[in-house]
Amino acid sequence: MTILDASGIQTIYGPGCSECLNTTGDHAGTNQCPHCGSVVACADADLSVKSGEVLGIVGESGSGKSSLAETLALERDPEATTDGKVSYAGYDRNLLDVDYQTRHSLRTSEIAFVHQHIRDGLDLDFTGGGNVAEKLLSAGWRSYEDVRERVRELFEATEIPLARMDDPTRTYSGGMQRRVQIARALATDPELVVLDEPTTGLDVSVQARVLDMFRRVQREEGVAAVVVSHDLGVVRLLADRTLVMRHGRIIESGLTDRIMEDPHHEYTQTLINSVI
Amino acid sequence: MTERDRNNGTEHIDPQVAETDGGTAVSTDSVDAALNDVETKGVAGYNYAYLDEHTKREVRRAMLKAVAIPGHQVPYASRPMPLARGWGTGGIQASLSLLGPTDTFKVIDQGADESVNAANIRRLAADTADVETTTDTTAADVIQSRHRIPEEVLTDEQRLVLQVPITDALRKVDPSDAANRRRHAHQNYGKMWVHLYENVVEYGEINIASRYPTMVAGRYLMDPSPIPRWDVTKLDDADHLTILAAGREARIYAVPPHTSVEPLAFEDRAFTVERFSGQACHACGSTDTYLVEVSEENEGDFETRYACNDSSFCAKRRENPDLPKDHHLDQSGVDWGPGTPDSDMGGETE
Amino acid sequence: MNMLTVDGLTKTFDMHVLGDTQVVGLDDVSFDVREGEFLAIVGESGSGKSSLLKCLYRTYEPTDGRVVYHYGDEEVDLASCGDRTVMALRGDTIGYTSQFLDEIPRVPAVDVVARPMVEQGTPTEVAREQARALLDALHVPENLWAAYPATFSGGERQRVNLAQALAPKPDLLLLDEPTSALDPETRHAAIDLLESYLGAETTVIGVFHNTDVVQTVADRVVVLDDGNLREIIPVDEYDGNLRGVASEPDGSVPEPNGGTN
Repeated sequence: MTILDASGIQTIYGPGCSECLNTTGDHAGTNQCPHCGSVVACADADLSVKSGEVLGIVGESGSGKSSLAETLALERDPEATTDGKVSYAGYDRNLLDVDYQTRHSLRTSEIAFVHQHIRDGLDLDFTGGGNVAEKLLSAGWRSYEDVRERVRELFEATEIPLARMDDPTRTYSGGMQRRVQIARALATDPELVVLDEPTTGLDVSVQARVLDMFRRVQREEGVAAVVVSHDLGVVRLLADRTLVMRHGRIIESGLTDRIMEDPHHEYTQTLINSVI
Repeated sequence: MTERDRNNGTEHIDPQVAETDGGTAVSTDSVDAALNDVETKGVAGYNYAYLDEHTKREVRRAMLKAVAIPGHQVPYASRPMPLARGWGTGGIQASLSLLGPTDTFKVIDQGADESVNAANIRRLAADTADVETTTDTTAADVIQSRHRIPEEVLTDEQRLVLQVPITDALRKVDPSDAANRRRHAHQNYGKMWVHLYENVVEYGEINIASRYPTMVAGRYLMDPSPIPRWDVTKLDDADHLTILAAGREARIYAVPPHTSVEPLAFEDRAFTVERFSGQACHACGSTDTYLVEVSEENEGDFETRYACNDSSFCAKRRENPDLPKDHHLDQSGVDWGPGTPDSDMGGETE
Repeated sequence: MNMLTVDGLTKTFDMHVLGDTQVVGLDDVSFDVREGEFLAIVGESGSGKSSLLKCLYRTYEPTDGRVVYHYGDEEVDLASCGDRTVMALRGDTIGYTSQFLDEIPRVPAVDVVARPMVEQGTPTEVAREQARALLDALHVPENLWAAYPATFSGGERQRVNLAQALAPKPDLLLLDEPTSALDPETRHAAIDLLESYLGAETTVIGVFHNTDVVQTVADRVVVLDDGNLREIIPVDEYDGNLRGVASEPDGSVPEPNGGTN
């Protein structure tokens, strides 16, 4: 069953003009319009995610992958103009046009986003448990014991020591903070989790454990995911299918192993060959 | 110099006596000399109830908006008052806008009519609005209060004005007013719930003593001002109108009569009022009122005793220890706050 | 009954990084595979053996031709069908072991093998039991079952990979040099397991360089040469003579996508 369907996704920073789309993209070699200076962060993006699937999005800086991920997760950047259509199973409207309440309700219980920068996703003054509880409380949970029990479950699933549950999140290590983000994302059993550069800021060994944990939980819970990363290893580990982005456009897509072993597009070949 | 003086140019101004329009002439040698010359209370020339009509109109409009959207904070242009900010300037502006010459006014400060602040406010109203003042809750039309709601049940003819220091319940969880305004607009109170959750984590129960967060009409999160938990339940489905006003923060909000006011709590961690186990007021013997500790020196030692915080009700109870809180009403058994006959909050000590 | 019809399969690589050089991996390869048969693919290094398996599994996208997979009354062209169709077939319908031992890091060997069964719906502990049985049958020492395969020897990893591919009992199994790193005794154990664990209906297509193994297990042999199908013969007619190819112990083959796989 298709969980998420996106078509014609386009995000532009700046005034925009009639030349923006023609003068940016893969063939133009830039994502900035030479006429009006607007940055076409992503354009022409179509994709879909089915229940239980993991979609990877790879690209380098400026590829538009984070922009696209944010749009899919219904995050709104007031500085950008976003167009296109995002459909979500069970809702017939374009999610980019819905009111705040609907969007908030979806983001609380159906589509979760794990931010690249911890500060955007967690309140460091709250306890680790509190950050996870916030999702539940916002979704209307009103039994303290139920909330505690669920927080414990999530801490165990994401391998955070229970003894730290009531410590302020700012006292956690980077890896633990990332786990809290993931626990929080999974709290209300969403259908889709979007991870934006999940390994940012983490030591290599910590990255590995966090990714493994996510992989295990994703498979156990059958939750669909979109994983954005510049790191091909992350995508190879987690994703069934992958999109490759450059200068704001999707230039190639397919099964992850096919992209890694039989890349077609010149840029994809360069990318694959660049892996150390 | 007045314009008249400038125009004439040739008039000689006596440095000893200044000419003012509509005011009282006083000596100007020194401040003491000027004060000695004043024979009246010095409020001549002020409008009725101190504030000009435009101001009162604006405050009333703000109050009407507040009543129309229960719990929502309405901004207003708070005037400078003859009292420092933080001492009830919002309350005063609200009261002075409400009072008319036939009204009777009661002012309490932490339950006491006798405090200096309460007395000053009462005097300002009496002098400028020509109102009767009283310490009897049941006789007042408008009651201005800092941090308490009186013990005796208020009726639908009475108006309660509460002095508010911090108007936004969300300030505790985020200092940004802009972010909090968005949260109120979207009814997004998750952060307050986390605050409660962490409170229970730390203390095993919700341990918030004052400014207890409440939901008004199921829509807005409200800070009921620093009244004790004991008083919060009195706001729910009350017969009277409650106006909450802040002068420094320049906001007014309201709980109209018969509006639901629900303290936030978990299903399994209920809202509870203060407990005064085994204590009674040393003056009147009440066990169903809000008590405060009073420490007195007695022969070199400090003795701690308990006394009713609502001093005027305590005085009545001293005369008549069995006086119910709804004694002045036609119906009996009115449910209003802990300790009134039908209240299921009890208020009886253990 | 045919399970797989390979028709005109062609794979050409456009090496943009090498100035748009074209490398031909497979050229117009056609053959049928019968249900239940064991088909061996042989050929010199670079003849396209691994490429063929990868085209069947869709790790490579064929440039031309069809790979029609028949199952029940249905059929699907694996060469051109959508990604999700492939995803649905991989694992329990079509299994694959790579010649190169890419492990999922930091997962214990028993869980690597159990995972495909768990995904089929088998309860975790039952799957783990079966996994242990498979590892045991392949003579993987018990003390390694809870360890991470990344630390294993080539032969140990190869056996874990084989066990993982066998575990869900797929209908079609694609094996790329599954025993190249094994000594003769372990190799026999692997072959025995292949025969005993899989039913008669399981179809196997395997790349082997070892003539003995081919002669032991295969029904027919496909001989590739320079991307072309040279011949497809019954195993009795196969004598290991491939115009100069000797059994190579390690089996590493330079593949055309720019590096060694």
